[in-house]
Amino acid sequence: MKYAIIRFPGSNCDWDLFYVLRDVLKVTPEFIDYREQQLPADTGAVLVPGGFSYGDYLRSGAIARFSPIMEDVKHFADTGKPVIGICNGFQVLTEAGLLPGALRHNMSLDFICKPQPLSVVNNQTLFTDQFEKDQTVMFPIAHGEGNYYCDDETLTELKQNNQIVFIYQDNPNGSTADIAGIVNKQGNVLGMMPHPERASESILGGADGKLLFESLVASVEMAVG
Amino acid sequence: MYHVKVYITYKPSILDPQGEAVKTALHRLDYQNVETVTVGKYFEIDIKDDGRSIEDEVEKMCDELLANVNMETYRYEIESVTQTAED
Repeated sequence: MKYAIIRFPGSNCDWDLFYVLRDVLKVTPEFIDYREQQLPADTGAVLVPGGFSYGDYLRSGAIARFSPIMEDVKHFADTGKPVIGICNGFQVLTEAGLLPGALRHNMSLDFICKPQPLSVVNNQTLFTDQFEKDQTVMFPIAHGEGNYYCDDETLTELKQNNQIVFIYQDNPNGSTADIAGIVNKQGNVLGMMPHPERASESILGGADGKLLFESLVASVEMAVG
Repeated sequence: MYHVKVYITYKPSILDPQGEAVKTALHRLDYQNVETVTVGKYFEIDIKDDGRSIEDEVEKMCDELLANVNMETYRYEIESVTQTAED
């Protein structure tokens, strides 16, 4: 099975994901150009990397959703297969309507780049089942527009359906309900601002992120049977 | 032909940190009487008249792309421009 990493003009965490999947998880990643019409037939998971797709024109993630490949990414998500958007990938998935809410400018207006402690509040997803419930993990954040917003009605729904997956322990950006990462209602699409791919080897200061990719890979392998 | 001006700002319930920062800067320049500043986006769009309702068209454009209605609100002005012979 392939792990499809979507590359938009301006994506810049694509190689980080590729490296983690190939060298740390020992699976087969493949870069998929945004102009492609279709994902490879043997795609097991789609990963939308961080960066500044289309230069963040209009709003971060707003233009990327019109890329030709996004139609098939939506179709892939609709069939219940795993899709993860990290940082700009999260912004793209909200703009594409695959996840609820939106990402605003950080409350402080600063671009914040630092390790950030998070709590894993939902370890019952295919992305997090290798974590302990409420485990503290340290993932780097690096964003200017990571301030998650949704209205009260959506927030109630997120809570009721257990869609909040990661929360900040020390909210750095003003996010509603300290939200750092959510899944869709079906639980197969994850969006998160922090970067697990930058925390998957102890030489980089921590390997908590590896558990996320191990969860994902185990789920994809199990689906293949 | 229509000349349309679209203004997009955060919903009133959402803090506009850029507006707050600009307000603080104006206060630093001694414009102490500045009460509020809102920072938003501005678009000018020329649209051919094809018989469809221009208001509907503009609202759809705003809802689908120009604004993120989760967090932003918009208003617009539509100006009818005299068409040239080529049109």
